[in-house]
Amino acid sequence: MFYTSLQSGFIGDFRFNWHFANYPNAIKLYGYIYVRSLAYAGVVTVLALVLAYPVAYWIAFYGGRRKSVFLFLLLLPFFVSFIIRTVQWQFLLKDDGLILGPLKRIGILPDNYHVLGTSIAVIAGITYNFLPFTALPLYVALERIDKRLVEAGKDLYASRFTTFRKVVWPLALPGVFAAFLLTFVPAVGDYVNASILGGPGNTMIGNVIQSTFLTNFDYPIAAAMSFILMAALLVGATIYARVLGTEDVTAGAAAG
Amino acid sequence: MSMRPENPGAIAQSVGQPFGDLTPPPKTPSNKRWTRFILPTYTTLFILYLVIPIAVMIIFAFNTPAGRYNIKWEHASLDAWRNLFSFPDLSTSLKLTLEVAFLATIFATILGTFIGLALGRYRFRGAGAMNFVIFLAIASPEIVLGSSMLTMFVNARVPQGFITILLAHVMFCVSFVAITVRARVSGMDRALEEAAGDLGADPRTTFFKVTLPLILPGVIAGALLAFALSIDDYVITNFVAGSKTTFPLWVFGATRQGIPVQVNVMGTLLFAFGILIVVAQLMASRMRARGDQKRLAQDKARLAAAQTS
Repeated sequence: MFYTSLQSGFIGDFRFNWHFANYPNAIKLYGYIYVRSLAYAGVVTVLALVLAYPVAYWIAFYGGRRKSVFLFLLLLPFFVSFIIRTVQWQFLLKDDGLILGPLKRIGILPDNYHVLGTSIAVIAGITYNFLPFTALPLYVALERIDKRLVEAGKDLYASRFTTFRKVVWPLALPGVFAAFLLTFVPAVGDYVNASILGGPGNTMIGNVIQSTFLTNFDYPIAAAMSFILMAALLVGATIYARVLGTEDVTAGAAAG
Repeated sequence: MSMRPENPGAIAQSVGQPFGDLTPPPKTPSNKRWTRFILPTYTTLFILYLVIPIAVMIIFAFNTPAGRYNIKWEHASLDAWRNLFSFPDLSTSLKLTLEVAFLATIFATILGTFIGLALGRYRFRGAGAMNFVIFLAIASPEIVLGSSMLTMFVNARVPQGFITILLAHVMFCVSFVAITVRARVSGMDRALEEAAGDLGADPRTTFFKVTLPLILPGVIAGALLAFALSIDDYVITNFVAGSKTTFPLWVFGATRQGIPVQVNVMGTLLFAFGILIVVAQLMASRMRARGDQKRLAQDKARLAAAQTS
């Protein structure tokens, strides 16, 4: 809750001397990593939305009495530590691991093929970890749709696809935005996946901030980097809150 | 990577239906195929995908690895279960995690319940700002929260350790408790509290006898969420922990040298514990609902009897 009060004390220096040069320095040094983080997070978010939408749709409209069971299953990953789950993926994706090993043995993949340490592994890992965050707001939005509207669409001779496009999709759009926000923002800042599943070529801005803070103890520049990240996301989030309100996001988070 | 089922045929077919046909649109086999087969199968695959790492964790909790790395299946045994605490550092870190989680849950639940009550009930100056801060705390990346807390603690010269971990955990849990309670409060009938006042209850009695029991499910849900978040947190804790090590921090640190089977066992135990609590809570709420229904039916029967006599 003290969060907003932190923002002002943030430019805080070892000696506070309005050293704004930290900002251009941070961007000059790590600008490309910001871009990479945003790109990864973008791919992750689109992927997660595409993967989760049909599931949320089916559970919301056809889940019937077992809806809560399906939701519970979607939430299962939350019962296991985030770190442990990511470590298990590292283990599964190892060069001779449970997934790549057999594929190599039957010759589908070349022997020197590897996933760990590539951007594929990082993107897949982040997608996996944030999928429930994508699925829940989508589900909440789809579930709230009055099913009679869909029937009305059918009665008016709209095909299933047209009904979806003209009725379901627009009504659930706030859920898509909420899902986007709840996936994209944490994905930009994530560094656990990049450090467990990625290699030196996949560092994300989170890794840099973390190591500058905790290994190099260069607080001013690290704070500047963190502030840039926060400011960028804050502008986005504020626009979002102004335009669409905060209800959908908090409702989605509460469902989780 | 995308496993989205595609069936362009079905779409083309339904879009191209003739306009002049006035019989009700028939349920075409392709429609049925979507809802009966393709989507359910896809959902099942999706859930399987989510569950894979958990299954691997549980299965390999029963492994007896030959070397330091628990990556190849050797043979099943309960060795790690019997020597669960053979890594002193790991045990200390688990203990610290549980201590922090319990305390953080208690503080965050109390604070969050009052915030949730205030936001759900009253229109007051600053309510909008409060809602926005909660939204920010949920929507901003953990690394930003963690690093800002670290700079705050450094500037305030608070030595990093147990206290800073606890403070940080309370801070990020509060907003989740607040939104769960707020949701419950806004669905509550205010007339009930007014009725209690009319019957001569003072505000304190009203709160404990009427308001609290009504919002209790929201409070419990918020507390469970806070506990789960606190146990699992890595990023924020990593920033504020100083030299202390919690369970997630220990596991992360051990990834380079190979993770002992004990971690799988502890993960499995925490998993089972979490499931147990949720199932117990579901059963309790179902029983409560059934009890309410029964009482309602009895009241109705009594009323009907009174009217006929």
